[in-house]
Amino acid sequence: MLILITIWEAISKFDIFPAFMWPPLIIPNDPGGVTILKTLVNGLMTGQLIEATSASLVRLFVGFFIAVVIGLILGYLIYKYKVIDDTLGFFVTSLQAIPNIVWMPLAILWFGLGVGSVIFIVILGAALSIIITSSAAFKSVPPLLIRVAKTMGSDGFHLFRTVIFKATVPQLISGLRLAWALAWRAVLSGELLGGSGGLGTLLDLGRSIQAMDLIFSIIIIIGVIGSFIDNFIFVRIERYALRKWGMQTV
Amino acid sequence: MSDGHIILKNVHKEYQSNEHAPTIALDDVSLTIKKGEFISLLGPSGCGKSTLLNIIAGLEDHSSGTFLVNDKPIKGPGNDRIVVFQESGLFPWMTVLENVMYGLLIKKIPKEEAKERAMTWLQKVHLGKFAHSMPHQLSGGMKQRVAIARALVMDPEILLMDEPFAALDEQTRMVLHKELETLWRETGKTILFVTHNIREAVVLSDRIVLMKTRPGGIKNVFPVQASRPRKSSDSILIHLENRILTELEQEMEKVLKEELGSDYSLEKDRLRVDPHNNMGSDI
Repeated sequence: MLILITIWEAISKFDIFPAFMWPPLIIPNDPGGVTILKTLVNGLMTGQLIEATSASLVRLFVGFFIAVVIGLILGYLIYKYKVIDDTLGFFVTSLQAIPNIVWMPLAILWFGLGVGSVIFIVILGAALSIIITSSAAFKSVPPLLIRVAKTMGSDGFHLFRTVIFKATVPQLISGLRLAWALAWRAVLSGELLGGSGGLGTLLDLGRSIQAMDLIFSIIIIIGVIGSFIDNFIFVRIERYALRKWGMQTV
Repeated sequence: MSDGHIILKNVHKEYQSNEHAPTIALDDVSLTIKKGEFISLLGPSGCGKSTLLNIIAGLEDHSSGTFLVNDKPIKGPGNDRIVVFQESGLFPWMTVLENVMYGLLIKKIPKEEAKERAMTWLQKVHLGKFAHSMPHQLSGGMKQRVAIARALVMDPEILLMDEPFAALDEQTRMVLHKELETLWRETGKTILFVTHNIREAVVLSDRIVLMKTRPGGIKNVFPVQASRPRKSSDSILIHLENRILTELEQEMEKVLKEELGSDYSLEKDRLRVDPHNNMGSDI
């Protein structure tokens, strides 16, 4: 990390690239000049960056939540009915191969520039992945557990709720973790193209006013939020689940 | 009312395969099991003993024939017939106590009462101390005790056991034989016990059903007349073990001949010889 910062500063000091393309990270090139750190702190202080960040996070959570609900329901239907598996399941797998951002022009025409189209591609991106991971997880439940539950008198939705769903919790969490990363990407690419405020739109603004310091400040925020949620939320829940489910004894 | 508790008459089961002729798993099986009887199904793999157990459990349907429990035809699983499987099949996300309570809560028994009954049964299988442990913290023998408690707490009329001790070591198995016999005598349940271990069958059962292969079915039924509690060194039992072993080896020879060609034969002097004294558990 330290080495990277040093190399960065060195490139900026030796004027290999003009300052608007390669702004210094911490130490300004001329007194009072622009640095990425300063822009980041200023942006946070004035609330401009915080506002954009919270706008992006709200879209992320709304979109992700809806995606989880849709994903689990369709995942269940694919697991439960062979007809749906053969039709929708196949369709979903092929949709999964299309990058999220490709849907943005369609979303803009349908929902207009703004929050609607951003949330749409977040849902699309995350839900497809959740459908695939959850239906695969439901199918992989050991038949023994299902037989045990059946012999005790469980059946239908009770069987799903108390056994199949519970048995797959560790896989579902891994699936959500993956979907979460996809959703975070979708939010930013959506905002970048679809406007409507948020970090992505601010990035686009940075490009048009050639403010590389702003662009890098935002990239730092995106990276920090991404790894924070991954490491502090998902990794912990995952570890807890694996321990409780007895899959890992550490 | 007839005196039969479980009645199977000409039960036939075949599995449909795509191109070939259907595989016959059970051919014309007739068996009457009395209430409170301890019956073992014994036989080489592929003889349909597990299929028969699954049919009685309601986990599989039979293709034709009559199958009655208490004079009523049976469709689907029911909590009057609980199965204990070879692997415990405990739910890994529940504590031992919650596992034992699972079936009771399905029966809509109030939580407090379910807890109490589950604890009572855990104590009967000597696992009261482990009520709040997770399944992965238990040994194989302990897991199987939990599985037995989980089945018996439901107070089923019939307990179906599908090679419940096959994955355990010999010492644990011997201890669990004694405990199972005690529980059986205390509760008076009808037990149907699937095994491939002759000694296990002989020590535990009232009657032993020896099964045959291709097609699967009943070859012979041996009543066990030794008094209880039994010791495996009882001469009646040893004599019976040898009789069953002889018939079982004929059956094995038939299978091996089909699989390996007709020139295969078990050496004649290997009959009735059991150097490791494990009575067919290696079959």
